[in-house]
Amino acid sequence: MNLDFSPEDLAFRDEVRAFIAENYPAGLREKQEEGEEMAKEDFLSWHRVLAKKGWVAPAWPEKYGGPGWTSVQRYIWSEETARADCVPILPFGINMVGPVIYTFGTPEQKERFLPPTLSGDIWWSQGYSEPGAGSDLASLKTKAERFTGDDGKEYYLVNGQKTWTTLAQHGDWIFCLVRTDPNAKIQEGISFLLIDMKSPGVTVRPIITLGGEHEVNEVWLENVKVPVENRIYEENKGWTCAKFLLAHERSGIAGVARSKRGIERIRQIASTELGDDGAALIKDPMFKRKVAELEIDLTALEYTELRTLAGEAAGKGPGPESSLLKIKGTEIQQRITELVLEAAGHYGAPYFRGFPTDGDNAHPIGPDFAHRAAPTYFNVRKTSIYGGSNEIQRNIIAKMVLGL
Amino acid sequence: MDFNFTEEQSMVRDTVASFLADKYDFETRRKIVSSDSGWRADYWKAFAEELGILGASFSEELGGLGGGAVDNMIIMEEFGKALVIEPYLGTVVIGGGFMKHSGYAGAASVIEGVVGGTTTIAFAYAEPQARYTWRDLKTTAKKDGGGWVLNGHKAVVVGAPFATHLIVTARTGGAQRDAGGVGVFLVDKSLPGIVTRDYPTVDGNRASEVYFENVSVPADALIAEDGLALVDKVIDEATAAVGAEAVGVLRKLHEGTLDYAKQRKQFGTAIANFQVLQHRMVDMFIEVEQSVSMTYMATIKLEEDAAERAKAVSAMKVRIGRACKFVGQNAIQIHGGMGMTDELAIGHYFKRASLIEGLFGSVDHHLKRYESLSFDAAA
Ligand SMILES: Cc1cc2nc3c(=O)[nH]c(=O)nc-3n(C[C@H](O)[C@H](O)[C@H](O)COP(=O)(O)OP(=O)(O)OC[C@H]3O[C@@H](n4cnc5c(N)ncnc54)[C@H](O)[C@@H]3O)c2cc1C
Ligand SMILES: Cc1cc2nc3c(=O)[nH]c(=O)nc-3n(C[C@H](O)[C@H](O)[C@H](O)COP(=O)(O)OP(=O)(O)OC[C@H]3O[C@@H](n4cnc5c(N)ncnc54)[C@H](O)[C@@H]3O)c2cc1C
Repeated sequence: MNLDFSPEDLAFRDEVRAFIAENYPAGLREKQEEGEEMAKEDFLSWHRVLAKKGWVAPAWPEKYGGPGWTSVQRYIWSEETARADCVPILPFGINMVGPVIYTFGTPEQKERFLPPTLSGDIWWSQGYSEPGAGSDLASLKTKAERFTGDDGKEYYLVNGQKTWTTLAQHGDWIFCLVRTDPNAKIQEGISFLLIDMKSPGVTVRPIITLGGEHEVNEVWLENVKVPVENRIYEENKGWTCAKFLLAHERSGIAGVARSKRGIERIRQIASTELGDDGAALIKDPMFKRKVAELEIDLTALEYTELRTLAGEAAGKGPGPESSLLKIKGTEIQQRITELVLEAAGHYGAPYFRGFPTDGDNAHPIGPDFAHRAAPTYFNVRKTSIYGGSNEIQRNIIAKMVLGL
Repeated sequence: MDFNFTEEQSMVRDTVASFLADKYDFETRRKIVSSDSGWRADYWKAFAEELGILGASFSEELGGLGGGAVDNMIIMEEFGKALVIEPYLGTVVIGGGFMKHSGYAGAASVIEGVVGGTTTIAFAYAEPQARYTWRDLKTTAKKDGGGWVLNGHKAVVVGAPFATHLIVTARTGGAQRDAGGVGVFLVDKSLPGIVTRDYPTVDGNRASEVYFENVSVPADALIAEDGLALVDKVIDEATAAVGAEAVGVLRKLHEGTLDYAKQRKQFGTAIANFQVLQHRMVDMFIEVEQSVSMTYMATIKLEEDAAERAKAVSAMKVRIGRACKFVGQNAIQIHGGMGMTDELAIGHYFKRASLIEGLFGSVDHHLKRYESLSFDAAA
């Protein structure tokens, strides 16, 4: 056992730090600091910088465009990007569909989809959930029926509705689970399809969430024609891809490095905000204790994640242990938002979205960090719901790990 | 032992409940919240004239119906169930509270305005630096001829955009955090030098930052020159009333979750059949019932001496704060993705519950107050 970084790792860390310092888009940093809403190009600008450098997909094999980093280097990377408050790279292309394509796709599919996924030219959306199929994903109903087109080629005719589709308002392509055999057992009649969102019959409608954000959408698919060559892996075997993707999705969700940064931020906030007795809030024994407990829980999660990473380095793919990381990681993220809201005190109440903040700089309302405290607290309730709810993760551990 | 309501109290409850059922459904409330004014002045008038509830908690001599804190509790719980925005807490519970307990000369005429629905009051007590220590005041009141001059900045004054009057705490003497020299003033909001910046709050309410810039108020604006004990008493009453509102909110969070879980099917069955969710909903039920008990307890003890009263209210607020978090978070969780949408009422109850957690002091604040009253004082 050895947890120290080698001299090579330390040199790598310095290289990463210097790269971020020199190349992180300045305009993006400003927008983040102002708490402004991100446009599509904002998300993509950092993605593009990294793509050019070859660092956008740390976990991908080198032959598909990954940087060939060791698991320790990947760990350093996530630490450093979180420390520098870099916007996260959206997971749908890089962490989710990319690995499915290079694992299950044909050579043609790899060549067609992997380069634009890396470069950011395809914005992917995840079309898994449906109104009637959430936790029970396999009960999905979106139908894909095969037919021969006038051009003599084979197509699927897709009909159904997807929901909760994150940032689909910007989407170029959507990867969907569809039912290709209505008569098979529910998990056996599903296929994994890539659908161009510009196809006729695709409609995206916004869903507004608790903090006032437009982050998720309904996606309606009405007589959408999809070429058969856009199916990944075998027909009716899409569940295999689906499960593979979900395990990858879950390990990303733990967010240890970002939570570390979150706790550091709480310490900063609480050292300037005043507590009830007029001293810094961080001196308040009750508040301090909660931050300490959070740090300890995060340390436990971090070392559990490191053990998982070491396992992966030794060739074990992310298995049902990733459910553990998801449960604890999301709980910690939620507790961080609770403490930020608590630190805001009265100033957690003002609501700023769509509210004119400029033009009256004479009297800013409350401390800057407080503006997003409540909406973020509300928004982050999602993390224990999506990616397979935490109840479902516990069911998975019960079944797959404990054999219950 | 009697936890039953009198006939009059039951009548108040039924009147309020049926008005709100008719006129304050979730869609109507959504429209109110997003309207320019942010409240329904005509409803306020109806509360005064049609329902007569604005007088429920005042004695008959003062033009009321002869009730008290229990009536406030009943009304606030019903308001919680409908997420009512209109300023009952600021006007009747707090404004009325100051009038009842202060021996203020103008009390009768202010209460007349309150009961009649023409006077609306917001409580300007919090300051940016003070967190939940309301005696921490930078706002000053300086004697000037017969009257006073106010200067300072009050934070997040809930209901101020609808208010005709403000009750303002300000230093009439002493240093920033002293117990002595906490003055209380009733101030006409239209006086020159009062600058407000109005904004919505995350739970759909409206509030203001209020700045006093050399505001001259007449001598009869003074409710108390050294009034911390009075402020503590009124805030305790307000906290108990907010507890009652929380009970209304919590009941709706719990009921809404039960209904949803019984009707939402996954894996071929209602999700209410999963034992882990059943136990969660049982724990939510326990939280709600204990919140009801604590609200009753605190409301009854409002009449006791200051230390007993404060201890009871803090005990209640600790339990209520925890219940708001537990019940609110689990209501969202059990609703799955639907819980995250702005469209469903459940999220709006969660948002109100989340702000109530910190209103008049967080769980930590009240736990500390309870500890010091219960251990340090005895030692
Ligand atoms: C902000 C957000 C973004 C999302 N983004 C995407 C996206 O981009 N693409 C996509 O496809 N989907 C997305 N989702 C959907 C997400 O994956 C689902 O919300 C999730 O799978 C839960 O499904 P549901 O909402 O239908 O809840 P339900 O399945 O109805 O669950 C309701 C409650 O019942 C519990 N429950 C259900 N079954 C069981 C059981 N067997 N045992 C115990 N408890 C159970 C759940 O844990 C939950 O608490 C997103 C969701 C959110 C909130
Ligand atoms: C100190 C002590 C004194 C006792 N005194 C008496 C006595 O005076 N007279 C007498 O008759 N008995 C007595 N008992 C027995 C007691 O009533 C039983 O232990 C009790 O009913 C539990 O039964 P069990 O031990 O067989 O556990 P089990 O029934 O086997 O339960 C084991 C675990 O499974 C859980 N469980 C069981 N069913 C469910 C379910 N449907 N859903 C979720 N969880 C479930 C239980 O909660 C428990 O955690 C005593 C027990 C103790 C420990």
